[in-house]
Amino acid sequence: MLSWLFSKKAAMIAALALSCRVLLPVRAAAQWAAPEPTSAFSIPTAQLIQPDELNRLLRSPGAEKPLILQVGSHMMFAQAHIPGSEYAGPSSLSEGIQQLRGRAASLPHNRFIVIYCGCCPWNRCPNAGPAYKLLASMGFTHVKVLYLANNFGADWAGKGYPVESGQ
Amino acid sequence: MTVTAGAGSGSAQKQLVNKDAPDFVLTSFNGKALRLSSYRGKVVLLNFWATWCAPCQVEMPVFAAWQREYGARDLQVVGISMDDEASLARHAVERLNLNYPLAMGNARLASRYGGVLGLPLTFLIDRNGIVRARYQGETELSTIENQIKSLLAAPR
Repeated sequence: MLSWLFSKKAAMIAALALSCRVLLPVRAAAQWAAPEPTSAFSIPTAQLIQPDELNRLLRSPGAEKPLILQVGSHMMFAQAHIPGSEYAGPSSLSEGIQQLRGRAASLPHNRFIVIYCGCCPWNRCPNAGPAYKLLASMGFTHVKVLYLANNFGADWAGKGYPVESGQ
Repeated sequence: MTVTAGAGSGSAQKQLVNKDAPDFVLTSFNGKALRLSSYRGKVVLLNFWATWCAPCQVEMPVFAAWQREYGARDLQVVGISMDDEASLARHAVERLNLNYPLAMGNARLASRYGGVLGLPLTFLIDRNGIVRARYQGETELSTIENQIKSLLAAPR
């Protein structure tokens, strides 16, 4: 009876429809001043850093260590995050953008920064794109975005890379 | 606190399959107690979701349709929001007109389910309270529905 709903194609169509009919009204009604949706696909490939590359970098004694900012859900950050990383707020929300802007405001523009989210599959992530876009617009020249194809659990914690919990 | 590899990951969640589903009591959005073990005897679809998760928004109306279609055969859908703000989740629930119990989750509950470090995440629990399947990420919904039918048809 409902089988027509269950194909991938139908799900994609439904996702597009719902993103307009459901998500946006939800945000509007909650009085979110959300930025324009910015897909993670808008991030230049050259600005991505793979999980194994970041893990190696963090373990290398002489390597320049980046400032790592998590730009997604706080509930996920509280469960597990990259050791030493900071919570910078969900960049899909105006409050998150403000938090990230505030954190970055005092940093030199050549500071090495890695941002990551991992809340959802990469093509559905609402946070990585806006966060990168903001930092680029602020003039930061050494920003990388951690490429998490599936999510933080599968592509970082599940790979055995170090995590810590807490606020 | 640094935790070891595998924590909060798919591997930790997979270890739940064929084990007792961790019980919990939360206050549902309608103000009533939501106790997982109170659904013993039913097949439970336990869905972790959030308003920022686009695939979740696709799944939830389908889960509501399944609740209508299979509820009389003892399917019970339960939704746990992983949003940081309850107001956003409540509003989404109202807009989607969902017909099953929902509540706000927390990091402790997430940890008991192996860590919820990516959405959507859904568990299927049999009539005896045993986790029988785990679905992470965008999943073919017919796969979940077939498993539900199988669990509903299983001998009690």
